[in-house]
Amino acid sequence: MMTMNGPDESQAERIRRQRNIVMALLLAAFVVLVFAISIARMS
Amino acid sequence: MTAVAATYDLPADWRDFFALTKPRVMSLVIFTGLCGLLAAPTGIHPVLGFTAILCIALGAGGAAALNQWWEADLDAGMRRTADRPIPAGRMDPVSARDFGMMLSGASVVLMGFAVGWLAAAILAISIFYYAVIYTIWLKPRTPLNIVIGGGAGAFPPLIGWVAATGEITLMPVLLFAIIFMWTPPHFWALALFVQSDYAKVGIPMLPVVAGEAATRRQIMVYSVILLPLSLLPWWIGGTGAIYAVSAGVLSGLFLALALRVGLRRRSGEGDAMKPEKQLFAWSVIYLFALFAALVADRWLTVQG
Repeated sequence: MMTMNGPDESQAERIRRQRNIVMALLLAAFVVLVFAISIARMS
Repeated sequence: MTAVAATYDLPADWRDFFALTKPRVMSLVIFTGLCGLLAAPTGIHPVLGFTAILCIALGAGGAAALNQWWEADLDAGMRRTADRPIPAGRMDPVSARDFGMMLSGASVVLMGFAVGWLAAAILAISIFYYAVIYTIWLKPRTPLNIVIGGGAGAFPPLIGWVAATGEITLMPVLLFAIIFMWTPPHFWALALFVQSDYAKVGIPMLPVVAGEAATRRQIMVYSVILLPLSLLPWWIGGTGAIYAVSAGVLSGLFLALALRVGLRRRSGEGDAMKPEKQLFAWSVIYLFALFAALVADRWLTVQG
C-alpha cells in the first residue's frame, strides 16, 4: 500500500469509484446467477 | 491559508485484485476443468455447468491470491514476479489474504449448494493443497516441491467430471494423473532458464539444489512416463481413436523435445536455452491440445 499526498487524492477517489462500480456489477451478476441456479435446480 | 498535504493510503485498484488471481494460470485451469466437464458421459444443465466452472475459477483465483500473500517477500526478490501487486507496493498484504480467503470460501460454498458437495469437497482439497501443502509446506523445503505440488493443478478436470457425474471413476483419475505427470517437466523446463531467480530467493528448485544434469534426467523420466499414461484413457476404453492418435502425436513430440533438453550438456554463460524454452512453450500447447482432443473425441463419438 502506498502512502500518497494531497494531489493524489483525486486518484484515490477515482480508484474507489471504479472499485465500487466493479463491486456493484459483481453483486448484480451474483443475484442473476443465484436466480438462474434456482430455476435450473427446480427444472 | 496554508495548504496542508493530507497523508493517506492509496487504495488498491480492482485490476490489482484481478492480477492476484493469476489470470493466465487460471485460463489453463478453466480450460482443463471445462474439458473434464464436457468429456464426462453424463450431461449437466448449462447453468450448473457454468457455475461449476466459475467455482473452479474462483477457487483457483483464491488459492493464487493466498499464494501471493504468503510469498510476497520471495516475489519481491525475483525479476519475473517483482511487479506483482504486493511486492510492487500497490496492495496491502492483509487485503490480499482476505480476498484470497473470501474467494476460496465462496467458491466451495457456491459449488456445494449449486452443483454438489462431492465436487465442493474436492475443490476445497485442491485449494488447501495449493495454498497450504504446496505454497507453505513443500515449496520452501524440498526440491521435489513441484512433483507433489503439481497435484494442485491436476484437480480441475477431476472436479469438472465429478460436477457432471457426481462420482469419481477411473477416467477422471487418469486425467488427474496426466496433469500430475505433465507438471514436473513443464516447471523444470521453466526452472532451467530462470534458476538464477530461484537461487537468489532461496527456493530449492531442482536445478538449484540437484543441479542441471539431474533436472534434465528427471525431465526425460517424467516425459517417458507421460507418453503411455496419456494413452491409458483410450486403452481402458474411455475414449476413441481421435484421442488416441492425438495423444500419441502430442506426447511423442513432447518426448522428443524433452529428450533434446535431457541429452543436452550443461548450459554455459550466454546460453539462450532455446530447447528448454521450446519445451516449456510446447508443454502449454500440449495440455490445451490434449484436452481439446479429449472433448472432440467425446463429441464426435456421441454424434456418430
